[in-house]
Amino acid sequence: MDNHSSSQSFWSKYVFSLDHKVIGIQYGLTSLGFLILGFSLVLLMRWQLAYPEQALPLIGKFFGNASMPDGVMLPEFYNSLGAMHGTIMIFLGVVPLGVGAFGNYLVPLQIGAPDMAFPKLNMASYWCFFVGGFVMLLGFAMPGGAANSGWTAYPPLSIVATSGQTVWLIGMVFLITSSLLGSINTIVTIVQLRAKGMTFMRMPTLVWTQLVTAFLLLMAFPPLEAAGVLQLMDRLAGTSFFMPEGLVLSGQILPYTGGGSVLLWQHLFWFLAHPEVYVLILPAMGIVSEVIANNTRKPLWGRKGMIYASVFLGFMSFIVWAHHMYLTGMGTVISAFFQATTMIISIPSVIILTSLLLSLWGGSIRFNTAMLFSLAFLPMFGIGGLTGLPLGLAAADVHLHDTYYVIGHFHYIVAPGTIFALFSGIYYWYPKITGRQMSETLGKWHFWPSLICMNCIFFPMLIQGLAGVSRRLYDGGATYELAKDVLYLNKVMSASAALLFVAQIPFIINVFTSFWRGKKASANHWDATTLEWAATSSPPLGHGNFEVIPEVFRDPYEYNPPNSDKEFLPQNFDLQNDKKRED
Amino acid sequence: MLPIQASTQSAAIDHIIVLVHWLMLIMFVGWISYFLYTIFRFRSSKNTKASYHGVKTHFSSYLEIGLVLIEVFLLVGLSIPFWQNVVTAFPPAEKALTVRVVAQQFAWNVHYPGKDGRFGKTNSSFVNSQTNPIGLDPQDPYGKDDILTVNQLNVPINKPVIVRLSSLDVIHCFGIPLMRLKQDVLPGMKIPTWFEATKLGTFEIMCAQLCGVGHYRMRGFVNVMKPEDFKSWMTEQEELLLEEAEADDSEDDFWS
Repeated sequence: MDNHSSSQSFWSKYVFSLDHKVIGIQYGLTSLGFLILGFSLVLLMRWQLAYPEQALPLIGKFFGNASMPDGVMLPEFYNSLGAMHGTIMIFLGVVPLGVGAFGNYLVPLQIGAPDMAFPKLNMASYWCFFVGGFVMLLGFAMPGGAANSGWTAYPPLSIVATSGQTVWLIGMVFLITSSLLGSINTIVTIVQLRAKGMTFMRMPTLVWTQLVTAFLLLMAFPPLEAAGVLQLMDRLAGTSFFMPEGLVLSGQILPYTGGGSVLLWQHLFWFLAHPEVYVLILPAMGIVSEVIANNTRKPLWGRKGMIYASVFLGFMSFIVWAHHMYLTGMGTVISAFFQATTMIISIPSVIILTSLLLSLWGGSIRFNTAMLFSLAFLPMFGIGGLTGLPLGLAAADVHLHDTYYVIGHFHYIVAPGTIFALFSGIYYWYPKITGRQMSETLGKWHFWPSLICMNCIFFPMLIQGLAGVSRRLYDGGATYELAKDVLYLNKVMSASAALLFVAQIPFIINVFTSFWRGKKASANHWDATTLEWAATSSPPLGHGNFEVIPEVFRDPYEYNPPNSDKEFLPQNFDLQNDKKRED
Repeated sequence: MLPIQASTQSAAIDHIIVLVHWLMLIMFVGWISYFLYTIFRFRSSKNTKASYHGVKTHFSSYLEIGLVLIEVFLLVGLSIPFWQNVVTAFPPAEKALTVRVVAQQFAWNVHYPGKDGRFGKTNSSFVNSQTNPIGLDPQDPYGKDDILTVNQLNVPINKPVIVRLSSLDVIHCFGIPLMRLKQDVLPGMKIPTWFEATKLGTFEIMCAQLCGVGHYRMRGFVNVMKPEDFKSWMTEQEELLLEEAEADDSEDDFWS
């Protein structure tokens, strides 16, 4: 494939581009925008949680009487914010950043391919995502506001909800379609377009985690897409897939007959949404693996074990979904089955975490910002994983189910876990993408406050959860006597959330100013071994990534190899040729 | 950090929660000490050349096997038996008090069978939010003596209570945190759960599943009474019903 970037118009080069790098950057910028938006929504909620039914100063009055009359948030608006925060963070923020941006940009480069296998499909995937995101946001303009039945959209609540839910479902159909297009592309690219010598076991861990993730998306999303359409039918066409007969709402009998099942939705939803958890975490593990190998200057410990563990994790993630449903009236046998699979799936996670921790031993550790975020990922993901244990045991879940403990648990996985890994990835690959370095000073101003604030937000949630405080309460539990002792924590969490927002300012400045003012970076800025660093920095846009299609001679992380005077051996470095030249 | 225990099953649940948290604490302290020591010891300024092989022992494998064994114990030794012996092991109906709780946006309707010990038939076509919130069939003789309360679940102490849960509208979740009891209430399904109160007093019922704008204030109360107090409350309610029925009858006489 030739590089015809110079002859392209602005639109085909930067907007409707077929180049995986441009599409990756488009995914990256869009999803970062959505992350900020999703975070802003939760800040509004956190004001209400800390100061229930008090007017939000300064900006409160701009939200209008339908959401915040006199600056005081209505419960309807709170529920919309909650549903949209979850949806935006997961489907428009973290997944498109981890899979769409990092996957798109890095997978072809790391396997030595000129582009993705299907460039047009790739472009379609991004624009599908873009339209999905736009439709999601339209929800806020609907009468009754955006979807307000939680990101889980459980019927019957979601079916009797205001029209924002219809828009949400249409948005979801676009987002799911986008993911399906993307995942097929990733799988075919990895299977078909690996450079000569790039065997499966020589692929960098990031490529492996992207491959497993793509399979999860490909197999888990179709049931949700079907379920979403069925829910749409229940809302619009009067079908009753999820609606039992004889429901009474505000004294009126609902016209649904035919005996649908509210549990059916939960099964279909969680059949996607549990693998989705691994879609959130696997790309993060991939990024952290790359950054740790590079900055310890040694190979990953137990790399092959990690690969097998990721594949096993992928398989297992399809048979744990009902652990979200222990309290739906399950018998002993079914609950025992799902508890057992849930305990089993913790093993590969522990193997991956242990391997990453052991990889540090004997390293020569460089503490740049990318590495700090990756290092912090380890204990934060550790807390997230450990707090999953009591939730996985059905007996303990009787008390902890749907409390703030659950919120604390999965935010530890996703926020200081996955999002830290994504930050790490941005700091690590920024020199490759732009040809310039990010500021280390601003990076550290971003890292340390973020780490502290994250913990001040999410740890108190575990305490509130143990006290029994339910999630999704508009007043944060102020109605309840039993929450009295832990209510003050709401103020701690909200203040920390506001500070966390402030802590992102150095990052935003860093991303933009470094693009123009950052110090120039060399092609292999971090002295790394994987193939993306064999391409020139800020590789020319358009098809064709490498001046010479690389050939691969060895495993991905050959740092400080024995029997060599080199500090690192890139995957494509031909020792024999090198020797001949010396001779 | 766990609240007081007000039911027979609280101790068993807390026992599991506490044990798991000890396990978590030990693992976390182990990891974090290793982690901090390692990143300090192997910082590049001190250790300029990395070791290609790194860790050579199989210590971590033993740790992983140990963790597996502990998880097996928690699962097979504690959690599964709890489900079998408590959650799904209902006390015999003759030894228990059986009540129905019908959830709706945003209240808990409590339905006692009354003197005859049998619940009147209900059907959503009879529902009237003012006069007949759960849709009792006016033709059913068993329903005549049924006692209804809203958000007040009165129960005797030290006696198992079987709660038959159902919902009129959307999904709710019947939670009594201080009794370590929680059960989803799914419309279209009748799901029973049970508990036995061990402390006198009032305990909050908290909805745990998002059920709409009033989810946050869907609060009810379990009033745990001495058996004799419960009995006299019950008798009082029965007499009230009788008086009402008589009043209704005399009204009918008047108009006819």
